[in-house]
Amino acid sequence: MTAITLQERELVAASHEHAAAAQAAEFGFWLYIMSDCVLFATLFAGYAVLSGSYAGGPTGRDLFHLPYVFVETMLLLTSSLSCGFATLALHRGERARVRRWLLVTGVLGLGFVVMEVAEFRQLILEDNGPDKSAFLSAFFALVGTHGTHVAIGLIWMAVMLVQVRIKGLTPAVAGRLERLSVFWHFLDIIWVGVFTVVYLMGAL
Amino acid sequence: MFGQLDLSAIPYGNPIIVGALGISAVLTVAVMALITHLRKWNYLWTEWLCSVDHKRIGVMYIVLSLVMLLRGFADAIMMRLQQILAVGDSFGYLPAGHYDQIFTAHGTIMVLFMAMPFLVGLMNIVVPLQIGARDVAFPFLNSVSFWLTAVGAALVMISLGVGEFSQAGWTGYPPLSETKYSPGPGVDYWIWSLQISGVGTLLTGINFLVTIVKLRAPGMTLMKMPVFVWTTLCTCVLIIVSFPALTGTLAMLTLDRYLGMHFFTNEAGGNVMMYPNLLWIWGHPEVYILILPAFGVFSEVTATFARKKLFGYTSMVYATVAITVLSFTVWLHHFFTMGAGPDVNAVFGIATMIIAVPTGLKIFNWLFTIYRGRLQFTTPVLWTLGFMVTFTIGGMAGVLLAVPPADFQLHNGLFLVAHFHNMLISGALFGYFAGYTYWFPKVFGFKLNERLGHAAFWCWEIGFYLAFMPLYLLGFLGMPRRLEHYDNHAWHVYLVIAGCGAVVILVGIILQIVQLVVSIRQRRETRDVTGDPWNGRTLEWSVSSPPPVYNFAHTPVVTGLDAFWSMKHEGGTKPGAGAPAGLIPYEAIHMPRNTGVGVAIGAASLVFGFAMVWHIWWMAIAGCLGVFIALVARSLDDDTAYLISAAEVARTEARRSPIAYETVVTGRGLAPAIPGLANPV
Repeated sequence: MTAITLQERELVAASHEHAAAAQAAEFGFWLYIMSDCVLFATLFAGYAVLSGSYAGGPTGRDLFHLPYVFVETMLLLTSSLSCGFATLALHRGERARVRRWLLVTGVLGLGFVVMEVAEFRQLILEDNGPDKSAFLSAFFALVGTHGTHVAIGLIWMAVMLVQVRIKGLTPAVAGRLERLSVFWHFLDIIWVGVFTVVYLMGAL
Repeated sequence: MFGQLDLSAIPYGNPIIVGALGISAVLTVAVMALITHLRKWNYLWTEWLCSVDHKRIGVMYIVLSLVMLLRGFADAIMMRLQQILAVGDSFGYLPAGHYDQIFTAHGTIMVLFMAMPFLVGLMNIVVPLQIGARDVAFPFLNSVSFWLTAVGAALVMISLGVGEFSQAGWTGYPPLSETKYSPGPGVDYWIWSLQISGVGTLLTGINFLVTIVKLRAPGMTLMKMPVFVWTTLCTCVLIIVSFPALTGTLAMLTLDRYLGMHFFTNEAGGNVMMYPNLLWIWGHPEVYILILPAFGVFSEVTATFARKKLFGYTSMVYATVAITVLSFTVWLHHFFTMGAGPDVNAVFGIATMIIAVPTGLKIFNWLFTIYRGRLQFTTPVLWTLGFMVTFTIGGMAGVLLAVPPADFQLHNGLFLVAHFHNMLISGALFGYFAGYTYWFPKVFGFKLNERLGHAAFWCWEIGFYLAFMPLYLLGFLGMPRRLEHYDNHAWHVYLVIAGCGAVVILVGIILQIVQLVVSIRQRRETRDVTGDPWNGRTLEWSVSSPPPVYNFAHTPVVTGLDAFWSMKHEGGTKPGAGAPAGLIPYEAIHMPRNTGVGVAIGAASLVFGFAMVWHIWWMAIAGCLGVFIALVARSLDDDTAYLISAAEVARTEARRSPIAYETVVTGRGLAPAIPGLANPV
């Protein structure tokens, strides 16, 4: 009898520990997100300073095709929606659905990255690479940093697809999925800034 | 195959570098031979290098810091010698390029690989104990942070033997640091050592902020936290907000250098002035990152050794927070002369003067804490008193520099060099030394030798005045910083005096090494069996010295500021829900398991950093893959914790001397017989 009570107590204590650890991880991840915001703020500031430094090269109006960027934007925004569905499925404990929505999110995100790489490739082939002018340096750095973040998010997503498959929705995996979704939505918000400041203000 | 790396990168033709390498190699081999002789490799690996215990990681940080202090100080002595020799027709023993590498390495090492690891080490050792926690929030991440910091330091050391270090100063201003003017690998070593260690520092900032916010013992509200915890909290905020700006700035410089971009170049629309702006948005908070934990140490030391509670705790907390916020509003004072115009300069000048107000308030708080206290002149107190006098002088020099017209006369000269050494040596470093002496018995279970500690302090203090007061005068005489040769003979005598000061400081450092050796040999006489050698006030003194791996058998319940003091003098009860010790049954404790993954991530990062410096792309990719594989392997591992059974906790706690504890708690009994136990009350 006593043994069972002790065991129960330990279980309760362990679940408390788990809950506390999950909370701490979530808070820590938010702090990381804030620090990443500062990194992007630095790059945005750099872009703001250099956005008129064309050095005789092309301007944003010459280079940006808004319809193309609009498709990119839609891909990323839709992927945020599907990521939200994955989180809802996670909260209901529906493992198969989590995987399915993650897969959709990943495909949309991959589409975004592929389009961005194609845009960069095109610019470089037309001799409008990052070494052409300070404006293009700042453009490639800011947009490329965001794109790198998305690519890392995709790798993370692939790892999580495997983890959901082999481990199921354990508390640890669930916590990682929650943090991945925070990361993904955060990249969406940064993209809204990039879209507005770089593309809209540059092309109009 | 090996990028830009070939055999010509090894400077075997330079006798000074070969000598330095030889000494480093001999020391390394000696240490390795000693470990082999003692058969301690296995112990070192499993118990230390793989450790996730905050106390051990803290010790490793401080060991790293002290090793780098020796390296950075060797650079300082070399510069002093060069400036004594290289006047008029004599050109000293260092060519300009080598001298420039030395002052760059000196600054980089002292700020990022001496001061930062020292304060992070103190944070590691003290914060979880002071808040009644069993470890930091993310113990594994803590290990990663340490290894990334060590990798940064290792890259600086590797640059000594393979290639060269940056010649562009520790701030790396472009266009000098651009490829056009610094084509070699030096600036790249500087960039990657800062980038990799910077990631480690950022993770530390996040880790400790979460630890302090989430893991405090029940009852410890924010305004009941020890001041050291407060200053650590504010330092973490500064780290989280400022280090990403450094990462971004260095990334831009990296893109300029590696991909031919034009952020800071003179051509193609680059904006050179953007660099100092961005860099000092990190750089100015960075100096407060360095100084705030030292302020925390001084607060603990004055309260403990004056036997009084800290004067003006609340104002101390608000002053710390005010400094944290204000530190982001003054960055432009680092380049008043670069053309921002009088209005902007006035704003930043006034902001700079305002920041002296909360700092001055702290000085008064410490003075009033000492006032009518029964101050014991222990080594930590000497460091504190030396700090208060010397730091105030440096602070006044700082307020002078904050006046833009005065700054126009003094900038980029030795007055500035004297000022920031005045702040960072007598402010930050003296604080770390005070903390080192103060918490040493907590970590190792015996005290440091007091006589040698006093002697080392006086050498540092006198040496400091001799070394840096002449630099203030030289600043007034118009001597610019970073000169490897000069023609003005009027400067010579001051530089000779400064060189003598550096030698006195060297004696201080030697005395500190002797102090460590002597203290280890005398450890039986100075053993701290009470866990409370100084009659302390905060929770770290309520556990044994050294503390058990789990720190607290029972989570302490805090009822007021100076939690342990009130337990000793008001309740007379052991930490743990108010019941006498032994009556509460011990419970099993979950602790994180040691792991080599942190070391693996560090090793892969080192491969990555080295490969990037030398443009060995395949190796850089391999380094990245290494980090990735280590992280994924870690995330797949569910067996990261172990259970310490209640019986084992009971055994561990019983090993602690019950008599000693009784003595501390009640003030009765064996007090005089216990070495190091000061008069209770």
